Amino acid sequence: MTLEHRKLLTIVTEAALEHELVRELERLGAHGYTVTDARGKGDRGIRNAGWNLSANIRLEVVCTADTAHAIAAALRGRYYDNYAMILFIGDVEVLRPEKF
Amino acid sequence: MSALDPVVLFFLLGLAAGLLRADLRLPPAIYEFLTILLLLAIGLKGGVELANQSLAALLPQMTAVVLMGILLPLAAYPVLRFAGRLARADAASIAAHYGSVSVGTYAVAAAYLTYRQVAFEEYMPVFLVLLEMPAIVVGILLARGIDRDTPWRLMTHEVLLGKSIVLLFGGLLIGWAAGPEGIKPVEGLFFDLFKGVLALFLLEMGLIAAGQVGSLRRHGLFLIVFGIAMPLVAGALGAGLGWMLGLSMGGTTLLATLAASASYIAVPAAMRLSVPEANPTLSLAASLGVTFPFNILAGIPLYHWLAEHIHRLGG
Repeated sequence: MTLEHRKLLTIVTEAALEHELVRELERLGAHGYTVTDARGKGDRGIRNAGWNLSANIRLEVVCTADTAHAIAAALRGRYYDNYAMILFIGDVEVLRPEKF
Repeated sequence: MSALDPVVLFFLLGLAAGLLRADLRLPPAIYEFLTILLLLAIGLKGGVELANQSLAALLPQMTAVVLMGILLPLAAYPVLRFAGRLARADAASIAAHYGSVSVGTYAVAAAYLTYRQVAFEEYMPVFLVLLEMPAIVVGILLARGIDRDTPWRLMTHEVLLGKSIVLLFGGLLIGWAAGPEGIKPVEGLFFDLFKGVLALFLLEMGLIAAGQVGSLRRHGLFLIVFGIAMPLVAGALGAGLGWMLGLSMGGTTLLATLAASASYIAVPAAMRLSVPEANPTLSLAASLGVTFPFNILAGIPLYHWLAEHIHRLGG
């Protein structure tokens, strides 16, 4: 069994951004994504998902290194100043590279 | 009869539980569901009544109400910008919150009047829908100005397709199409359970309001003063307008309440996307932490009193 290397890009941000972000991800070359509801605490305070404006989402994308870096750069330029957003990239191995 | 409507006691329970940091939280999906039920119920109620009204007769009133919705944020903006020394985006966003309306506050005011057997025009939800919209446009234009970068598409989407607007307007249409007879099968859920739904909703609103205390402590006295003064001024304006438009005493009370209330559903969502540099903590602290509790606890009886006096003096 051969495994290939890909990047796992994880974004934690405000639920209000979901529709816009998903469009952006697809435009930048992500083939798919996973969204989950999330809550937690960061430098913008506790985001407890008690109601829609304090709700967070966690967006995950498995993609090539190039796509991951392109997405990271685009999001940093567009959202970091005004929105609660963190983003990190990790290494993963996948079985079916053509999917990502 | 006790001075406080029982639903208000649920709000106080939520507020106290939140302030004391009790381990109490409604699941977000339930809060969402309660909001949807309230919006639809209010829309349906208005729509059923609309079936008995000619829309043409309402047109002058509707126009006047929209004008009020444009005027309120325009009046609030300079106060926020210059007396409050807020950044342009923040002042515009808060102004939009105060120009728009709060469905929860309207529901409590309607329940308050029903509880006291004061009659009011049942088509008031039409004004509720109308007042949701203009402030969003005014707020975005105040923050952005009109130029190449004005986010027209996003703005139109938020104004016409925001959740609260779709549900209120949809409820109005369904109520209007079904009429008083047709609506009977769903009355059990939307009308008979209304007070219970409202009570649960207010419990959660109390918890949310209590959550704003931290930001109020950080952002200071101005927001508190504004959060109380603005509804008083706007409420007086709304009461005056209601009397001029020939609304009943109950209707005048409701229009005053609508003018005095500040949005926390449609406007925050619209502003977050269209004016991202506006700090949502400020507008929500004022709207949810100060104005909503003030209106629920003191404002509504006050607007009722005001409406009584205007009608007694004006005849």
